[in-house]
Amino acid sequence: MLQLTDEKIKWMEGKANEIRRSVIEMLVEAGSGHSAGALGMADIFTALYFFILKHDPTNPFWEERDRLILSNGHICPVYYATLAHSGYFPIAELKTLRKFGSHLQGHPHREYLPFLETSSGPLGLGLSQTVGMCLADRMDYGKYSPKQFYCLLSDAELQEGNVWEAAMLASKERLQNLTAIIDRNNIQIEGYTEDVMPLEPLEAKWRAFGWHTQIIDGHDFKRIVGAVGEAQAVADKPSVIIANTIPGKGVSFMERRYEWHGKAPNKEEGEKALEELRKNHA
Amino acid sequence: MLNHNLKLNIELFNEDVEKISTRVGFGEGLVIAADQNKNVVGLCADLTESTYMHLFARKYPERFIQVGVAEQNLVTVASGMAKMGKIPFAASYAMFSPGRNWEQIRTTIAYNDVPVKIVGSHAGVSVGADGGTHQALEDIALMRVLPNMIVLSPCDAIEAKKATIAAAAINKPVYIRLARDKTPVMTTAETPFEIGRAQVFYAPPMTPQAGIVATGALLHKALVAAQNFAARGIAIKVLNISSVRPLDFEAIKSLAKEAGAIVSVEEHQVVGGLGSAVAEVLAQNCPVPMELIGAHDKFGQSGTPAELIEHYGMGVSHIEAAVERVIKRK
Repeated sequence: MLQLTDEKIKWMEGKANEIRRSVIEMLVEAGSGHSAGALGMADIFTALYFFILKHDPTNPFWEERDRLILSNGHICPVYYATLAHSGYFPIAELKTLRKFGSHLQGHPHREYLPFLETSSGPLGLGLSQTVGMCLADRMDYGKYSPKQFYCLLSDAELQEGNVWEAAMLASKERLQNLTAIIDRNNIQIEGYTEDVMPLEPLEAKWRAFGWHTQIIDGHDFKRIVGAVGEAQAVADKPSVIIANTIPGKGVSFMERRYEWHGKAPNKEEGEKALEELRKNHA
Repeated sequence: MLNHNLKLNIELFNEDVEKISTRVGFGEGLVIAADQNKNVVGLCADLTESTYMHLFARKYPERFIQVGVAEQNLVTVASGMAKMGKIPFAASYAMFSPGRNWEQIRTTIAYNDVPVKIVGSHAGVSVGADGGTHQALEDIALMRVLPNMIVLSPCDAIEAKKATIAAAAINKPVYIRLARDKTPVMTTAETPFEIGRAQVFYAPPMTPQAGIVATGALLHKALVAAQNFAARGIAIKVLNISSVRPLDFEAIKSLAKEAGAIVSVEEHQVVGGLGSAVAEVLAQNCPVPMELIGAHDKFGQSGTPAELIEHYGMGVSHIEAAVERVIKRK
């Protein structure tokens, strides 16, 4: 990874703001979709696609690219927006989100957007697929493969048992190229995670499963980049980064409100949100 | 008489016909597929020996992943491996895979259209003593409704071996249904096998009065029934349908047109399995009277395979009775 300069951080803050604005525009146009998580993960997506990942938008099937699996497919507006801003497809296409015939399905479908590593939406399935990719890669390239494997998960999807089956296997197989990043935003459809189905002590759970753990502020670029660097330096075990994020980040009336988990802004709310975001950036 | 063009086992009607379980054929086929292609890998959920994947695991330990008792993980990890260019065979008991992990298979394998091969052993009541929890009678139904999925249900160990090799060679998701019990060997190494193709195993010299379509080891009982009818001068034609999906529509239609009545035979619920699949074809193309042999809205239980096959109405006498019924309905 390159040196992270203050200048680059400032640039990424601007990029994340643009991506958030795209997310709002897409959701208003679609009339449905998931706002809170998408806005909350904009900084992490920006850091990954504009600094951390080894990838090439002009050659999306490059064999040596790092692999990123989005397990919680419902936050795809931020995924699509980041891909478009990186140059994978025209930004204008973002407005087709959730429409008939669009590449941008309501939840990501690889058949419609072939360079996605997988389809997702139903929760709890991404980590085990990432483990499988990592295992396959190790069979071909050995322990010191040039690739890194990232899996992005929501916090509430950790309520799915399949995630912990994957966590056990990753640890057993000592998958050192694997980094899971958890969007710890504390909300889910029906309320706060700790009310619906408590996850804490979350870090201790992952440690007990044999993972290297870190907790970071998911809006601090220095910490995001630093944590990924540390994760990659860990030998013989997989790493998890629990990223504390603010759901709805950047839009005051959405921030920390679980009601915005699965809701899109209407036109008026969208205008208000865009205005706030523009102001934030100024 | 047996269709000699298919080079079937000429001893298949003998009392002492050789018996091998289909899972053994799978185990041997997987080793051959792995010899031919280094991308073939194996995953198992703590049932390596009973699924016969141990033959592969011993020869290629570096290509084998033991996931423990975790069938949801079994197929999703396999899906990830397929996306990196591997041809994963994921083995367990049919009751747990695809029984437990159907949505994982739908979302990560069928929806992504990646070439994972789901191997479900111990299908049917012939599992025996373990009882109803372990006797999958719904797996064909679960798998054949999935877009992109190929469903293979071989009739004997030799066909299971060929099905395994063919599954490895096709760039699609495949479900392979296997059984625990040792069952008669009906085919030989020379018998042709092709995904999507049904074969006439028993063809009488005159126009048949009824046709039997069978899948899995029960095909043997269908052949015995046809032979018994032949002794009474009643002509019955028997089709082996080891490829439940894609289904050989032409072979089924032509049998229905020729015989005018069909009996389906499977060790599976009659709802959703081979019988249903065949009925779908006939209802839309050439409706003829049909009788369905299989489990009728019941779970299995403990017993010997022979006792259970009889109890659930899948024995030779039941097939014969169904043939007589269907002929009367013509």
